[in-house]
Amino acid sequence: MALSDKDRIFQNLYGFQPWNLSAARKRGCWDGTAAILAKGRDAIIEEMKNSGLRGRGGAGFPTGMKWSFMPKQSDGRPSYLVVNADESEPGTCKDRDIIRHDPQTLVEGCLIAGFAMGAVAGYIYIRGEYYNESVVLEAAIQEAYDAGLLGKNACGSGYDFDLYVHRGAGAYICGEETALIESLEGKKGMPRLKPPFPAAVGLYGCPTTVNNVETIAVVPTIMRRGASWFSSFGRPKNSGTKIFCIQGHVNNPCNVEAEMSIPMRELIERYAGGVRGGWDNLLCVIPGGSSTPLLPKHICDDVLMDFDALREHRSGLGTAGVIVMDKSTDVIKAIARLAAFYKHESCGQCTPCREGMGWQMRLMNRMVEGNAEIEEIDLLENVTRRIEGHTICALADGGVWPVQGLIRHFRPLMEERIMAYKARHQRLAAE
Amino acid sequence: MTAPHHEEPASFAFDAESEAKIATIIKRYPEGKQASAVIPLLYVVQKQMGRLTGSAWVPRVAMDVVAERLGMPPIRVYEVATFYFMFNTRPIGKYHLQVCGTTPCWLRGSDEVLRACKDAGGLKGYGDTSADGNFTLTEMECMGACVNAPMIAVDDDYYEDLDYESTVKLIEALKRGERPAPGSVTGRRSSEAAGGATALTGAESE
Repeated sequence: MALSDKDRIFQNLYGFQPWNLSAARKRGCWDGTAAILAKGRDAIIEEMKNSGLRGRGGAGFPTGMKWSFMPKQSDGRPSYLVVNADESEPGTCKDRDIIRHDPQTLVEGCLIAGFAMGAVAGYIYIRGEYYNESVVLEAAIQEAYDAGLLGKNACGSGYDFDLYVHRGAGAYICGEETALIESLEGKKGMPRLKPPFPAAVGLYGCPTTVNNVETIAVVPTIMRRGASWFSSFGRPKNSGTKIFCIQGHVNNPCNVEAEMSIPMRELIERYAGGVRGGWDNLLCVIPGGSSTPLLPKHICDDVLMDFDALREHRSGLGTAGVIVMDKSTDVIKAIARLAAFYKHESCGQCTPCREGMGWQMRLMNRMVEGNAEIEEIDLLENVTRRIEGHTICALADGGVWPVQGLIRHFRPLMEERIMAYKARHQRLAAE
Repeated sequence: MTAPHHEEPASFAFDAESEAKIATIIKRYPEGKQASAVIPLLYVVQKQMGRLTGSAWVPRVAMDVVAERLGMPPIRVYEVATFYFMFNTRPIGKYHLQVCGTTPCWLRGSDEVLRACKDAGGLKGYGDTSADGNFTLTEMECMGACVNAPMIAVDDDYYEDLDYESTVKLIEALKRGERPAPGSVTGRRSSEAAGGATALTGAESE
């Protein structure tokens, strides 16, 4: 049974209604927020743990647990909430819709989350390209201040909380939480070594939690409708509703909020009009944004869209950017373009990433032509394994996984292309 | 490839509009943490240059002004200005055509969008500025509008669901001094399913 509209958290995902505060209130935002805060920090964190919410930014870490790492008593340093709105994973465009069409879900979520972790202020770090979205978000925050929902004695709760928007300036790496913090401090976005984790030493050296936009924006509804309502969707440990971005070779690309653990085929056919040319015309799907390895059709036939099901197939839910490719696709070229992306976005701090992403891109570009030796497929696979896990952050891991997925599932195609190239050039040489 | 020579201005000063903006920016960060404002101030510079000269870029001398304002060594500002892709460290055309070429857009025909930009804008390729100074063409990495692919950004505005013809039409409008409303060029409402929403339709879908 499909998720019904009344169970969709983002009632204005497509902007059919105004984004402003009065329209948002009619949709249920800011209803009884003071009473939610009155439950206290521990009760809110407990409710989040019970809901089973896992971070929506890609890694899927349990949200309630993450909040519980924040200090209960201040040692004199203030605590901060930082919201990651740097949405830059290729295939991902969900936070954009929350920000431009339903921003009060995020603003209210910031207040509740900030309260639960004892933060004095929140910073929403939004990617620089989302300029128009940042204008809406700043206006939404101003409306909340003017209505007494933020600032001193927010919502009449006795708690003071400030919220600010900070624009990035075009760097995928700033979606990594410690690079984001560096950037927010006015530096190049280069990730920090962990530990110490941000909950101990984060923004300005203070305890900090970094959460994705969607993670924070679902909090108010979970608190109002209850953990058991949220966890009634999806399989255990994969609960809730989720915004999927369905794109590529589908008839009707769209963003849609659906229940977790929905079968991939149902997701694509119910909401996005199916694969161009029919399901049998499917070649493969990247299920969760560019970093998650592609899955060939036979896995897509019955795989469920959740963290654990996709991990069983050595891929992941990631950000739930579902990139569909039909049989007309040059899949080697599609992955080579991702290799170019990671080369472009490496911050250059760690040698395996700085050198490796460029090397991988150059070899992938030769693979597109077939201008390589068969053994170089093994070399490529081998080098990706030496890059993976040997850098400060996960950018390089995310950069090699798509290539590993290609080799795992499309090695015969890569060999075929090499053989065809050789045959063509031998013939030319003979003529 | 070496970039063509460009003239750096001898001086830079914030105008009144920029100063008003800066006053609101600095307040967002705690006392002693003004360095956080470096990216926002570089944006203010770039916007002012666009407003006053028709070319939105950040000259070196303006980086020094930002450094002085925030009490930072100039090298720290240079680092930031060159690390982040959105700061133009050399002059650009009146309109900045930014074509997304990453896989989600490529699958939906971004090569055709690029071809249209070249044809209609009089551009040789990425990095080029048209002879009339109207357009600079840049390839972007994923811009985060993937369900509305392919897309380009003209300065800060996204134009989505493009093909060759609609891209040409957009660029011709820019040449006439018009600024079409941003968003999908097909009449589709934001990220609803192309062809009509499949959720939030008002009716329960059982």
